[in-house]
Amino acid sequence: MVPPGGTGGRPRGDPMRTLLDVYTYAMVSFGAFFYLAGSVGLLRFPDAYTRLHALTKADNLGLALIVLGLMPQVDGVLAWLKLVLIWLLVLLSGAAVSQLIARAARRRDRQQ
Amino acid sequence: MSVVVSSAAVLLLLGLALWTVVAREAFLAISGFVAYGLLLSLVWVRLYGVDVALTEAAIGGGLTGALLIGAASRLRDTEAAAWSERSGPGLRAVAKLLSLAVAVVLGLCVLALPEPAPTLADEVVARMPATGVGNPITGVLLAFRALDTLLEAIVLVIALIGVWSFAPDRVWGGRPGLRHRSDPDGILAYFARLLPPVGLIIGVYIFWAGADHPGGKFQGATILAAMWTLVLMAGLADTPAIGRRWLRIGIVVGPLVFIAIGFVGVAVAGAFLAYPDGWAKPMIVLIEAALMPTLVLILGLLLAGPPSRRGGP
Repeated sequence: MVPPGGTGGRPRGDPMRTLLDVYTYAMVSFGAFFYLAGSVGLLRFPDAYTRLHALTKADNLGLALIVLGLMPQVDGVLAWLKLVLIWLLVLLSGAAVSQLIARAARRRDRQQ
Repeated sequence: MSVVVSSAAVLLLLGLALWTVVAREAFLAISGFVAYGLLLSLVWVRLYGVDVALTEAAIGGGLTGALLIGAASRLRDTEAAAWSERSGPGLRAVAKLLSLAVAVVLGLCVLALPEPAPTLADEVVARMPATGVGNPITGVLLAFRALDTLLEAIVLVIALIGVWSFAPDRVWGGRPGLRHRSDPDGILAYFARLLPPVGLIIGVYIFWAGADHPGGKFQGATILAAMWTLVLMAGLADTPAIGRRWLRIGIVVGPLVFIAIGFVGVAVAGAFLAYPDGWAKPMIVLIEAALMPTLVLILGLLLAGPPSRRGGP
């Protein structure tokens, strides 16, 4: 959609750029696989705790792989740092929110 | 490939919209609605409407979703009773027919739009340099159609007054919502200490970047209001009593500055909200900076709800 601007401004056909593009495709696909696994886990696992386990583990790792894969596609240290910041923020909120959901689920289970 | 992704997104959107309408429980419908908002913002990104995408994610999915969850939790006790008194089959059939008719008329209108659609985009782009801002969306919102933005800000103030008007007389001027308490060493308190400094910087950055890039006061203010709400929910701070003077001033400062600048335009440039030559950028920045506290306070207080307990002067 957005034309790739990164890879050090290397022109199309540059072997280094092809290599970096292949790396990006591989890492992003690998990350997407983890998202798929997490979604399957969300649908198939029996209760809230195992579903959370599937979601958080898979999403954190999946996003990490996608961020790592996108890194050679952006220009400049600032854009890199923004990508890493996004990953860290999602890690943080995912970890915190899954704790809160698990706690709410445990409270509900004890009441029943 | 992009056709496949677009079609998948459209099918998902339609499915989620259907789910939101037919879901039996309010909470299920709302989770569908929030997912719908997030997916819609992704679609806006694909349509190169990054500003709209940010607003949809922040206001459409995020803030509205949070407001609806609050409403659903208040309605939970009476929801089953409300379902049991269903209206008669005749009335339901009429309602279905009317909804269908509205959908058909809307669809026909969209199909009847001229192709290519009439646009003012070229004129906006031609006149952008006069505004001194680089993001055409900001130019439209605060220069070419500033009146709309002014009225929008006033509508928000009125909405907040509307929420406050639900308060019983004895707690008028008191603190909104419940006093949240959570384990001071728990994960929520930890999260509410760790995230707001980051969120503060991101919110102000998005506000500031709005002059030349996607972003702006609305999106930035939503992030700041979310940080405030997080601190409130973790019990690290209490909501301010709505009778406080600084709070009242903060709520009206944005629209008042906006209107004042409008009248400056009458005196100097000959029309309401007209900016004198060369002063457009500073005036736009002034308006946005004045709207920022107003928006943060209003969005946060809309979530907090009407005053419910006495407290503070």
